[in-house]
Amino acid sequence: MTATRTPSDPAAGRTVRRRGDRVFAGSAKGAGILILVILAGVAAFLVAEALPAVTAPGEDIPGGEGLGAYIGPLLFGTLLAAVIALLVATPLAVAIALFIAYYAPRRLAQGLGYVVDLLAAIPSIVYGFWGIYWLAPRLVPFYEWLERNLGFVPFFAGPTSATGRTMLTAGLVLAVMILPIISAISREVFLQVPALHREAALALGATRWEMIRMAVLPYGRSGVIGGAMLGLGRALGETMAIALVLSVSGGITVNLISSGNPSTIAANVALEFPESSGVDVNTLIASGLALFVITFAVNMLARWIVNRRADFSGAN
Amino acid sequence: MAKRIDVSDLNIYYGNFLAVENVTVSIEPRSITALIGPSGCGKSTFLRSLNRMHEVIPGARVEGKVVMDGQDLYAPDVDPVDVRQHIGMVFQRPNPFPTMSIYDNVAAGIRLNNKKMKRADLDTLVERSLRGANLWNEVKDRLDRPGAGLSGGQQQRLCIARAIAIEPDVLLMDEPCSALDPISTLAIEDLMTELKERFTIVIVTHNMQQAARVSEQTGFFNLSGVGQPGRLIEFNSTEKIFSNPDEKATEDYISGRFG
Amino acid sequence: MSQTSTTPAPATGQAPAPIGQQRGHLPRWAPWASFAGAAVLVVLLDLAFGLNIALYVLYTVVLGTVGVYALTRLVEGARKATDRLVTCLVVSAFGLAMVPLVSLVYEVVARGIERLDGEFFGYSLVGVVGEGGGAYHAIMGTLVVTALTALISVPIGLLTAIYLVEYGRGRLKQAITFLVDVMTGIPSIVAGLFAYALFALFFGPGVRLGIMGAVALSVLMIPVVVRSAEEVLKLVPNELREASYALGVPKWRTIVKVVVPTAIAGLGTGVTLAVARVIGETAPLLVTLGIVNGTNFDPFDGRMATLPVYAYYQLTQPGVPPQFAIDRAWTAALVLIMLVMGLNVVARLISRFFAPKTGR
Repeated sequence: MTATRTPSDPAAGRTVRRRGDRVFAGSAKGAGILILVILAGVAAFLVAEALPAVTAPGEDIPGGEGLGAYIGPLLFGTLLAAVIALLVATPLAVAIALFIAYYAPRRLAQGLGYVVDLLAAIPSIVYGFWGIYWLAPRLVPFYEWLERNLGFVPFFAGPTSATGRTMLTAGLVLAVMILPIISAISREVFLQVPALHREAALALGATRWEMIRMAVLPYGRSGVIGGAMLGLGRALGETMAIALVLSVSGGITVNLISSGNPSTIAANVALEFPESSGVDVNTLIASGLALFVITFAVNMLARWIVNRRADFSGAN
Repeated sequence: MAKRIDVSDLNIYYGNFLAVENVTVSIEPRSITALIGPSGCGKSTFLRSLNRMHEVIPGARVEGKVVMDGQDLYAPDVDPVDVRQHIGMVFQRPNPFPTMSIYDNVAAGIRLNNKKMKRADLDTLVERSLRGANLWNEVKDRLDRPGAGLSGGQQQRLCIARAIAIEPDVLLMDEPCSALDPISTLAIEDLMTELKERFTIVIVTHNMQQAARVSEQTGFFNLSGVGQPGRLIEFNSTEKIFSNPDEKATEDYISGRFG
Repeated sequence: MSQTSTTPAPATGQAPAPIGQQRGHLPRWAPWASFAGAAVLVVLLDLAFGLNIALYVLYTVVLGTVGVYALTRLVEGARKATDRLVTCLVVSAFGLAMVPLVSLVYEVVARGIERLDGEFFGYSLVGVVGEGGGAYHAIMGTLVVTALTALISVPIGLLTAIYLVEYGRGRLKQAITFLVDVMTGIPSIVAGLFAYALFALFFGPGVRLGIMGAVALSVLMIPVVVRSAEEVLKLVPNELREASYALGVPKWRTIVKVVVPTAIAGLGTGVTLAVARVIGETAPLLVTLGIVNGTNFDPFDGRMATLPVYAYYQLTQPGVPPQFAIDRAWTAALVLIMLVMGLNVVARLISRFFAPKTGR
């Protein structure tokens, strides 16, 4: 074999290319590269505008104790709300995905899928409205019950917030918002389970649940995990619903039903940014940068898990 | 019109994989040349290299010469797009453009290349091409209907009409009847016999009877094993190939002893 | 068959009982009867203790499920019982997910219908204290900013998708595909901060412009357009590209005149859904556009009102008396939902009516 050209250089020997082709291919490639530039730009500009807050003396930062002390409680609040959302939403989303994939009547399944997807289409600010006016007041009696009966658990120590605008409420609103994301991805992988696996289980005399436990869940596990990670990424960055629902007092606490709650990074930016100036703005951008880094890492991990699954599924 | 093609020492690669090795052959004008052989022997790959469709696949390339009436198609200053305007192609599965009407499908070669043509001239061209493809009488009342609404055999003749509308010199056909029923196949075979008055036709076929029925020349491709390159084992008049081939392998293949 | 273990123990070697000789069979209506019985029981509880509707439904579902499990376990065995239990759980989960959707839509419609009138669509908030006033300025602002966003995002997104599907190879393609995926997950507030940081470097701190909002939203919209367009372009059969090449049509014309027209329905659907995705975004606009009471059509000159931000401020800073502004906020939320749902419907119509016709 006279390999005078390497395979990575397929254009060699083809010197003639039309101008239209060159221009068009160039602009398509340019658009792709522009996306890389934008993403790099997001990081670069955030760093540039966050830098003054990093170099500023601690007493100039809101709170007067430096950047770390400012971002710390926010980071805690962000993670707490997202974890609550994830714990509530994941089992529910998996059950919904199973319902649509294997329990709902065939003719209804697609329509029910659309209905669940509608939850994803509703703007987050509307979720905030709903959270304040509908959900929060209805949860107050439930929180009172929790305080009475489970008050010894630090999470439910109380005193119960009279408005219901607590960390747990915020977490539940977030759970509703990420539900369609996790359920859509789970549904997709459940439906990809080879019919052969499912029929093999059924042929052994398995009931429907045994078939799902033996054939569907093991196959779909990494897809569910990846979907949950994507949901986590969304929950970490969710802004308006939290900004509206959560009644904020700052400070770190694990009490989920009282009126004193740490804010989240995103909600804090939305609440404080419009009224801020000077180094305060830089501080908020620095917190945004921290959020960007965290969600970036979570999403990369999620994509890696989902894509690794795709490589093994043989579906492509 | 109807030019001859001389291929010499042609090697065809996919990346580093040598798919077809050392083909030298002359294809006569105004005749039908059939290429036969078992699956995966490189006959389609060879066909696609004649109008530089081969290199559409990333990493695919050739070495050697393909000369059409004195012009080397692989010379450095030749644009593959120009080559394809002179050497048309019909594919295994009918592939009319689903967004276009029957009329637009036939006129596609003109329209897509932005050639200016008067409406009346275009009408004439479309009619002439559809008549050439024996399709005019069946579709003349519904030229504005989608091309994808025709039957499989009609679609394939539409694709032939589309290919001959750009007035190529050579027509390459890659198993044009393998997706069709026997009656449509017969219609296309009749059409080929008419078309060879105007074009040089090269056809790849799995159907040896078809090769025997329509072609003047036949080439037999074979490969010695999996992962080995395909080779042109024998090239002769169709009559000789099917009655008294020079090569033992050809005789085995023709008589159904393998492949 | 073992009755001691609640975990199902599928076929472990004993010969299965011949068909028809298994243990008893519950009639079809038994599960329904169980839930009906539970409902009756809860009504009795209700008479005794007084329950609200949520607890009523909750107790009915729990008791009904327990009843189904117990009945099935007694009559048909543990494996069947577990199967029925899971069925009940899965259906309940779906029902539970419908609660927020239904209550949210009901709440927004009921509260928003109040001010869904001509004045809301015809007037801005200039000089309005208390009653009256509308969101004309905010609706116009949302249209201008969204149009501008689409103008930036659609060409970049489509060209990138074309690059990935038609030209891309090797590391660059991998890098772009991966980063587009990651970009889908950028928090919207971060996109807003990015746009602010970008413009603050050139125009100084405190800058607020319509175009900043469009840039921020583009960061969110571009990856959505790329993803959907990529999926659709991949669906265009390779045979059509080859047919076009074989006619001596250059690659770029093939893409523009054959590939894109074939995929146009899917592309339109994808773009519409992407617009629906960004039209309700609030956070990035909050930090880049701010809010005003008057109408501003010029995205390069000062603050602009937009519908989501308008709704936010009307609810959180209603003034005195608060009710009028809060009503306007709910109506804004209702209009927003109608816009998003309308765009979703339009997307479905596009995919239905613009799909290539086969004529069969």
